[in-house]
Amino acid sequence: MTFSVQAAVAGRGFDVSLAVGPGETVAVMGANGAGKSTLLNVIAGLLHPDSGTAELDGRTLFDLTAGRGQWTAPHRRGTALLAQEPLLFPHLSVLDNVAFGPRSAGASKAAARETALRWLAEVEATELQSRRPAELSGGQAQRVAVARALAAEPGLLLLDEPMAALDIHAAPLLRRLLKRVLAGRRAIIITHDVLDALMLADRVVILENGRISEEGPTREVLRRPRSRFAAGLAGLNFVAGGITEHGLRAGVLNLYGQHHDVPGPLPAGQPGVAVFPPSAVSVFPSEAHGSPRNSFAVTITDLEPHGDGIRVRAGDGGQLSADITPAASADLGLAPGMEVYFVIKAGAVAIYPS
Amino acid sequence: MKQAMNGGYGGVPRWIYVLAAAGGLFVVLPLAAMVAKVNWSQFIPLITSEASLQALGLSLRTSAASTVLCIVLGVPLALVLARGSFPGQRVLRSLVLLPLVLPPVVGGIALLYTFGRQGLLGRTLEVAGLQIAFSTTAVILAQTFVALPFLVVSLEGALRTAGNRYEAVAATLGAGPTTVLRRVTLPLVLPGLASGAVLSFARSLGEFGATLTFAGSLQGVTRTLPLEIYLQRETDADAAVALSLVLVAVAVAVVALAYRSPRAAERAPAHSGERTTTARAAGGAVR
Repeated sequence: MTFSVQAAVAGRGFDVSLAVGPGETVAVMGANGAGKSTLLNVIAGLLHPDSGTAELDGRTLFDLTAGRGQWTAPHRRGTALLAQEPLLFPHLSVLDNVAFGPRSAGASKAAARETALRWLAEVEATELQSRRPAELSGGQAQRVAVARALAAEPGLLLLDEPMAALDIHAAPLLRRLLKRVLAGRRAIIITHDVLDALMLADRVVILENGRISEEGPTREVLRRPRSRFAAGLAGLNFVAGGITEHGLRAGVLNLYGQHHDVPGPLPAGQPGVAVFPPSAVSVFPSEAHGSPRNSFAVTITDLEPHGDGIRVRAGDGGQLSADITPAASADLGLAPGMEVYFVIKAGAVAIYPS
Repeated sequence: MKQAMNGGYGGVPRWIYVLAAAGGLFVVLPLAAMVAKVNWSQFIPLITSEASLQALGLSLRTSAASTVLCIVLGVPLALVLARGSFPGQRVLRSLVLLPLVLPPVVGGIALLYTFGRQGLLGRTLEVAGLQIAFSTTAVILAQTFVALPFLVVSLEGALRTAGNRYEAVAATLGAGPTTVLRRVTLPLVLPGLASGAVLSFARSLGEFGATLTFAGSLQGVTRTLPLEIYLQRETDADAAVALSLVLVAVAVAVVALAYRSPRAAERAPAHSGERTTTARAAGGAVR
């Protein structure tokens, strides 16, 4: 009873292989254009990949390996899609929208409505049943859309940024609802929000340029990111390079740090990454000495408000950041273009193989 | 000024209004001139003569039949043009729209050489005991020929603006293609379909050239109202004017219906995407 997909779309440089266990929810994250929606459309049968296979609970969704050309139509796949917009059928009442899946599966009108009422109750929208979609708020409509997708009893639920179009008041409500209904349900959710990944998913998959760059349990990926994208999600500075005896070398930059997970010497010679939080970075006007510390010159690219403090972005394209207090920023007279020194205690830098 | 205060910046220069007024007059003035010519004392007897009533009845019946035929043939055509993708799609679209720009007489001749006694299909049909040319069926075929593009254009536009996202979602919910068509696609484009059907009906009602060429002018069988008006004009101008007024009245009613239907359909959809759909569908109707 598993779901697995392996698919390539040459025109989009897309080549992904993914498996989802029963009752598992996987969050797919990545920059715009990384291929997240392509993945869902391929699974749902809305996009024809050039090659690959997919299987859901023993049924073949498609098998395009050489010599075979098996293709299951979208409506026979059992992969309900919930998009960014609710896309409720405007000409049907809320109840009939939710009853659409059961009706299509061959249930009688009465039975389908009964099922629909059950799912409307599940998303706490029973009182909306006789309304038209036009009479719903964005949050209400998305709740009904969740009920409609669940009422189709999909073997795999596909959610394409379901919270993205909601305002800040409606999103937490839907997130709570999704946490409840996704528990023990097999689902793939595309999201930009690390909170969704933490709250809703057991596992996170990072897509970059049409390929999976990193995957693992959400907590683990956020704690020990191996890709720049995941580090950005976790709010960590990220430097990739080669591991040395005492740290990591990336071009001219030498970072001292330690392997947090495994005691003992670092596995020198391997490619690795150094990760450290912006709050561990101090900013000095001149080089600071003292052991064990990292100190290197950078040029400030941007200053931006961040919580109570100020985030100083510096270095290559502003890829390194330091969080300092407004007072410190004023004392130093920081401005974009200035050259300053970033100083990080070696103990705050985690280094591990990538 | 009032416009600017109510609806924001209008952006229409004043001299445009002058030209627009001229355009409006250009349409209204001839109609007014015709109404002025109506012999009101004889109006009722003129339009209730046997020939007139027969022509009006025939016109309404054949136009209704050709509208049904337009829907039966035009909906699949519009669907294939808007949703399908196959070689020759653009050529097919151009060909389907051809009757819009073709002189109706030419259409009539083309139909004659297809369904006529010596025509492409006519000979086979004749063997089967069917004779189409110069029958009421011919009237319906002629009207369908010229009216079909109106329905296809209108519906294809509505289908394109509606997009296929609702259909994709319906499919992932387990609905097969026929269910999607019946329960999602057609209800979504109903305003476009309605205005297309109304326009087809109006075009059928006014059809003259193709009908005369392909079906002739036999009272009670093929002589529709436009043919009757043309015939009367030579002998009894008063009757022609009176019947013209009837045709205008029917046409006005039809156009009013076409304008009303998209707005009536607006009660259902309300989020932004839908508004554009309805607006475009209405735009399609005006075209």
